[in-house]
Order: sequence, then C-alpha cells, then structure tokens
Amino acid sequence: MNHQKREDLVKSVLFVFSITASLILLLIIIFLFNEAIRLFQEVSFLDFLFGTKWNPEQGLYGAFPFVFFSIMATLGALIIAIPLGVSCAVFLAEIAPGWARDATRPVIELLAGIPSIIYGLFGLVIIVRFIKVSLELATGETILAGSIILAAMILPIIISISQDSIESVPKSFKLGSLAMGATNWQTLRKIILPTALPGIFAGIILGVGRAMGETMAVVLVLGNSENMPEVVKQLLGKEGSSTVMQLINQVPEILFKPGEALTSAILLEMGPAQVGGLHYSALFALGVILFCITFVLSVASNYILSRSQISVR
Amino acid sequence: MDDGNEIEIRDLNLWYGDNHALKDVNLDIRKNRITALIGPSGCGKSTFLRCINRMNDLIEGVKIKGEVLLNGENIYKKDVDVVALRKRIGQVFQKPNPFPMSIYDNVAYGPRIHGVGKKELDGVVEKSLKDAALWREVSDRLEGAALDLSGGQQQRLCIARALAIRPDVILFDEPCSALDPISTHKIEDLLQELKKKYTIVIVTHNMQQAARVSDYTGFFLLGEMIEFNRTRVLFENPEMEQTEDYITGRFG
Repeated sequence: MNHQKREDLVKSVLFVFSITASLILLLIIIFLFNEAIRLFQEVSFLDFLFGTKWNPEQGLYGAFPFVFFSIMATLGALIIAIPLGVSCAVFLAEIAPGWARDATRPVIELLAGIPSIIYGLFGLVIIVRFIKVSLELATGETILAGSIILAAMILPIIISISQDSIESVPKSFKLGSLAMGATNWQTLRKIILPTALPGIFAGIILGVGRAMGETMAVVLVLGNSENMPEVVKQLLGKEGSSTVMQLINQVPEILFKPGEALTSAILLEMGPAQVGGLHYSALFALGVILFCITFVLSVASNYILSRSQISVR
Repeated sequence: MDDGNEIEIRDLNLWYGDNHALKDVNLDIRKNRITALIGPSGCGKSTFLRCINRMNDLIEGVKIKGEVLLNGENIYKKDVDVVALRKRIGQVFQKPNPFPMSIYDNVAYGPRIHGVGKKELDGVVEKSLKDAALWREVSDRLEGAALDLSGGQQQRLCIARALAIRPDVILFDEPCSALDPISTHKIEDLLQELKKKYTIVIVTHNMQQAARVSDYTGFFLLGEMIEFNRTRVLFENPEMEQTEDYITGRFG
C-alpha cells in the first residue's frame, strides 16, 4: 500500500467516526420530537407551554409550572453563584500565589466531577433541614433549597471558565495599564474584567444550561409539588400587566415554597405513564422544552466565545 | 537646554532568584536627552530599564540592591508610592499593546484613572495624539477600535497613551523591533521631537538606531555596564575592547 492510499484510508476512517457522533445527536433529536409529537395532535402547543394545570388523569397538560419552577430555581442559583464564582475566579487568576492556584484547581475539578445525587443527598440532609429549622417552615424542601444546591453545582463551571478567560487576557494589557500608574484594582476593573467578560458570560450561560438540565439533586430537595402560586396564574390570564408588581412582591414567598422542575416531572412520572399514551408523549414534550432551552444556551455561549476571540485577537 | 541629570543610578544590583542579572550598574541619565542602551540579547538592558519604573516589582523572586535617584529621590526607598512613580515615568513596550477599546479611550485611559475631568479630556487626547504624530491619521475615527490600526500606528498610539499622563521620563523597550522600516523611521523622527519635552531612555538591539537617535549610549554585557559615553564617542572611539568588538559586529 503506498503512502497516498494510506493517507486516504486514515482520512475516511476519521471522517466516518466524526460523522457518527453527529449522527447520534441527530437521531436523539428526531426520536425526542417524534415521541412528543403525538401530544400536539390533542393539545395545542400554546396550551401546553402556557397552561397552568398539569393533571394527566383529567387530560390537562399545562407545562408552565415546571418551566416556571425550573427558571426560578436556576435564577436563584445564579444570584448565589455569579458573585461567588466570579470573585473566586478573579482571586485565583490575579491575586492568589502560585501554590494556592495549583492546590485549588484539582479541588474545583473534583467538585465538578461529584455525581449529582451526592449533592442531592447533601442538600436533603443539610440544606433542607437547615432551611426548615432556621426559617420555621412546614417543609425545607423549597425552591430556595434547590437554588442553593444548584449554585454549588454550577460554581465549578463558572469558576473554571471565568478563571481561564481572565488568565487568557494578554499579559501586555496588564503591564501597559500598570506602567501608566494604574493600581491593580483599576487594571482589573477597567482592562482585565472587560476583556474577559465574554468568556465569563459564556461560563455563566453554560452554568445555566447545567442548572436547567440537572435532575437528581433537584428532585431530592425541591419538594415536587406542581402547584403554582396564584399570582403567577393570574399573570398568564387577562389582567397580566397589573400583577407584575404583585409577583415581584411575592418572590420571597415563592422561594420558600416547594416546586417541581421540568426534569423532576419527567423522572417521577415516566414510571406510571403508559408507554405510547398521551401522558407518555407529554413527558417527552417536556423533554423537548428542556432540549430547546439548553440548545439555545449552548449556541449562545459558543457565539459569544467566538466573538470574543475576534475582539482580543 | 542642558539642566543636568534627571536620573542617577548608583551601584544597582539585581537578582532573579540566584541569577545575578545586573552587577554594580552606575549611570547618569541627562534631562531632555536620549540615552540608548545597547548590548546582545540577555545582557540585562531591558531588566535595567524596568528598574527605572519599578516594573520588576511584578516579577516574582526579584531582589534589588542599590539606588535609583529620580531628581535626587531614591525610588526604592520604603515609602515611595509606586503608582505615583509610574505616572512620572511612562513606558512604551516592545510589542505595541493598545487596549481592546477605541483609540480615544486608549489615550484617555491614563488621564481618566488619574482623575482628569471630562471637559479637559478631549484636549488632552488631541494634544497627545498630535505629539505622537498620529492625529492626522486618526482624527476622523477616534471611536474606531485601536486594534484595527497598523502595527506602526498602534505603537504611536501607545506613545500617545504614555504622553497623556504627562510623564517626565519615557522608557522605550525596543519600540521598533516589531515594526517595518517606514514605521521605524517615523518613530525615530518622533523621538527627536519628544526629547524637547521629555527625558528618553531607549533600549535597542539595533546599533544603527542607537547611533542615529541617541545623545548618550551605554553598552551592556552579561549584566554589567561596560562603557557609557556620548553616542558619537562610543561608536567612533570606544575605550573598551568588548565595546569595539560588539559595535564592529565581531560578536553579539
């Protein structure tokens, strides 16, 4: 066999392998949508997405409560994880001495590798109980508990991606700024962080994707009740705009109530649902919502990252 | 107008860990003159330059002994404000390093952090760009990205940025080594203009450049300053054998 032929063979083998990965993804998507499509022959898409009642026995398939709870838990997680994660990344990339950096990196990577059910167990035993006792609630299984656990889970992603993007800011920018008599803090705030911002943002978006898709930890601590607060239901009704303020006022209250995430609903109801039935199909439709959310997030994150490389060069 | 020494270096020693990188360097840098530092790569000339604005402080494991007197004040005294010092001694780097922002914001960066008000800012930016001989080329696109400029323009932008903080001294660390001959020529012309207002120290490994632009030249070899003299004298009639070997191209 001559060299040219061998090269060609290697090329085609690699091509087949790389195509396989994309093909698998494509098949999963087709399968997911195919299973979900039956629901939409009975229920309109808008009724499904914005319906507030979920009761398969009565044929009610409103997915909005799950979407709502998933988003609330994720937002809560972001509020906790962004300040913590970004400041931790700044410290590690800019301030910490070399040995501290070397010590923390494997720890953070390990944190990212812990199975999510372990986070869930920790949350169930420590956080849920802490919330119940300290806030004197009937149950500690609340959106707040979910947010705290999700925050802990997305923290490693936000830290490591933010740290990478801060460290990839060219050293010459920093030196240029310091040489003009800027303090370290000014240099950080005006040069390093703005330059690293697209990367930090991409890390946060990846964190959101992880939080939205997280199942095992959330199902243990969220309480799994699809009853939405009345205000949210009204918000979707006719007198929508007037209740926005009411909703904002009730945010703390919502945080202290149980909820049920998209992922939890699929996990908990797939067992009882009859294969091929409408309920079964509705659960796949929930999966479609989840898939679309994470798909958009990952595309957005890639787009932001690719643009940032152009501007920094 | 020769009003004496701006900077006097006395018995300066510097170590990177165990590596003795500068050995007993003594040097006077005259006001409103261009002082060039030449020598082969790794001879310590850039390290020496960074001692003058204490940029070596940023490198881990650096130890410095000796004095650097800026108008008679030792900048290595304990209570010296490094930030204020660097405001008086600007630096232009080897590779042009404009910030990833607009041309205007690049020049305004220094004045802004040192508290120059919005009203004066336009004037400072315009004057700095004019002094750096860049105004004519960029006056119609001040809001454009600095990174879209050519290499030579970027380097003049960095000079404008350094001028904007109104330093007394400007340090140039091989400012033309990444530039083409025409851009190099522009910057050399610019240096002649700048020395009317500023004291200039330039590190270069291009001997012709040192001969063309400078008034005084110091020759470094292996961390020691071998010879320092008026540029003309040093190039035409060097005292030391090593200097002669280097400038005639026998090594380096």
